[in-house]
Amino acid sequence: MSSMSKTAPSPASAGERHLVSYPRFLWRIAVMSTEGNWLFYAWMIFLSAVALVGLNAWATQVSQGMVVTNMSDHVSWGLYIANFTFMVGLAAGGVMMVIPAYLYHDDDMHDVVIIGELLAIAAIFMCIAFVVVDLGRPDRFWHMIPGIGKFHFPISMLTWDVIVLNGYLLINLHICGYLLYQRYRGRRPNPKFYIPFVFLSIGWAISIHTVTAFLYQGLGGRPFWNTALLAPRFLTSAFVSGPAFIILALEAIRYLSSYKVGDGAIRILVNIMRITILINLLMLASEIFTEFYTGGAHTASARYLYFGLHGHNALVPWIWSSIAITVVAALLLLCPKVTKHPIMLTTACALAFAGIWIEKGMGLIIPGFIPSTLHEIVEYTPNGIEWRISAGIWAAGLMIYTLAIRVAMPIFSGEVSLAKDKDNSA
Amino acid sequence: MTDQKKSSGISRRTAVKGIGATLGAAAFAKAIAPITTWTAEQSVDEFLQKHYQELTPEQMQKILARLQAETKEQYGAEVEISDPKPQEGVKFAYALNLSICVGCRKCAQACHLENNHDRPSGNSYIRVLEMKKGSLDMEQGKVDYKGPVPKSDSFYMPVQCQQCDAPPCVDVCPVEATWKEKDGIVAVDYNWCIGCRYCEAACPYHARRFNWTKPQIPAEEINPQQGYLSNRIRPQGVMEKCTFCLHRTREGRLPACLEACPTGARVFGNILDPDSEIRWVLENKRVFVLKEELGTKPSFYYFFDE
Repeated sequence: MSSMSKTAPSPASAGERHLVSYPRFLWRIAVMSTEGNWLFYAWMIFLSAVALVGLNAWATQVSQGMVVTNMSDHVSWGLYIANFTFMVGLAAGGVMMVIPAYLYHDDDMHDVVIIGELLAIAAIFMCIAFVVVDLGRPDRFWHMIPGIGKFHFPISMLTWDVIVLNGYLLINLHICGYLLYQRYRGRRPNPKFYIPFVFLSIGWAISIHTVTAFLYQGLGGRPFWNTALLAPRFLTSAFVSGPAFIILALEAIRYLSSYKVGDGAIRILVNIMRITILINLLMLASEIFTEFYTGGAHTASARYLYFGLHGHNALVPWIWSSIAITVVAALLLLCPKVTKHPIMLTTACALAFAGIWIEKGMGLIIPGFIPSTLHEIVEYTPNGIEWRISAGIWAAGLMIYTLAIRVAMPIFSGEVSLAKDKDNSA
Repeated sequence: MTDQKKSSGISRRTAVKGIGATLGAAAFAKAIAPITTWTAEQSVDEFLQKHYQELTPEQMQKILARLQAETKEQYGAEVEISDPKPQEGVKFAYALNLSICVGCRKCAQACHLENNHDRPSGNSYIRVLEMKKGSLDMEQGKVDYKGPVPKSDSFYMPVQCQQCDAPPCVDVCPVEATWKEKDGIVAVDYNWCIGCRYCEAACPYHARRFNWTKPQIPAEEINPQQGYLSNRIRPQGVMEKCTFCLHRTREGRLPACLEACPTGARVFGNILDPDSEIRWVLENKRVFVLKEELGTKPSFYYFFDE
């Protein structure tokens, strides 16, 4: 076998060589995942601890029922679906690295494009986790599997969401896995095997957030969501939160590792955010105008959200802080010098990220239920169990993302490769 | 780096990793423990049970027997669960006379008892709105009204499942756990529902209820006449809703809420029967439906006496 691998490439031996090098690649990934400096270990132990606390809270929720949450028949979706909605945006936003790199052939982006795609993978994992913890009967998940269950396609928007989310996960796993494997083997990736998927992933990223918006947008009984602006607004906010997170990740990589992250990539992402954050604010203004200038019964949710209704105002601090920090982030991003000041840049990105998180969660999902369809006002604030489960999923997602970058960066830079591994073991 | 150093370094590192992995596995087992005790209580037959519409009569008989045994075991009550089917040539409709309804909420209470609802939550499929005279705007309505009824400046509007002909709740269900039966009833297979609550978000009439926990009912209060698709005690974590008491109405009886109504405000019957009282109301009264603009086509009508 080892002598075979040294012979010239031929179609017959190619398969066998993969039989050797692919398991070796996987093993190398597994080893790298458990090795790092003290900071890496501390970070992973911290994330594991939070994830386990979340897992325990979820186990309690499954055994005692969702009565342990603060959700009710009036507000039947809460923090989980809020996070899910935001996370879909993050996954879609990850592709903002891909568009400049492949559509506009920007070379600065080619080196870091994988950082966005890995983010998409981690975010989709979190999306799926947030949906699973929101199920009253997670043991019956198989009812949704086509063939053995009953998949209500194409009528239910939720089945569309299952398809686009899992499809997006597979596309990105393929692209990242293929590129990393080829780099590890020291080969040039064959464009035929990944470029079509890169373009597919661009369209697909739009689809995941559009379909998720349609989940809410299609409900006639919920006037707050029943607006054609919802899907476009989802996309613009995704294209704020995605690049914001990637910039934060790039800055972290820059300071915590020896890898060179070029300024070019960050500059492009900041330029994207400058536009999308303003479009997002413009759409917000348009929405507020329609709601309040028209008035009438359909405005009740918006009135509740922004100003409180009949003495109930639990969401008012959330939405105004979201608007305030998004505006501050927009102003910081508009500063010409923002790319040269790391502290200003990270502040702007962190604020934009937090602002969108509130807007897509507590600012969008919860007010859709308040007042209820019979105009009862039942308020909702997430409780300890819900925060713990959500934090656990965030921790698990960050763990996946950290490991993915931990593995991808050395392979991409050529520090780790099949040839070097062979030399070491020889 | 000498060979000796290298090998000792690796073994120490491996040992630490091994300890870490063991601790991690133990913590994982501890964290997941509540779920393992829960799964131990779930039966394999229940887990593997097929969708209602795919069950053969023999399979259904076995399931009914199992459910009866489980009710005995878990609630201490002898119950009889049946699976009445829709009758040919029957489509149910309901009408409610807003001129006579006094807002006493006897209907809601009867629903609670008939349908074996969870006692601590006081659940019911019916909500009664107290509305100011002169407006049909639900935003002006109140469900938590107090004091003697009827109040002279108010009228009362009970709202329950409208058994829509174009039900948004059925459209959105990702696993077809809810569907419209031939006689017009929107049913739920409690053993197929995954508990995503999308139908609850989609319903414009607040007609759906979720079992946030396992329902609690004292054995002596359990209504023993139960239907598979209606008032049997629901499992934890699934959706339920009004079925026009199909375990009663499919056998020629009237819904519990109608029987409980002290004023005779409620009219129920087969809309396909030209001689039925419901047809008389629809043909001779001015009727309206709730939220007509949403296109849900309710089978629940409201009317006023002239």
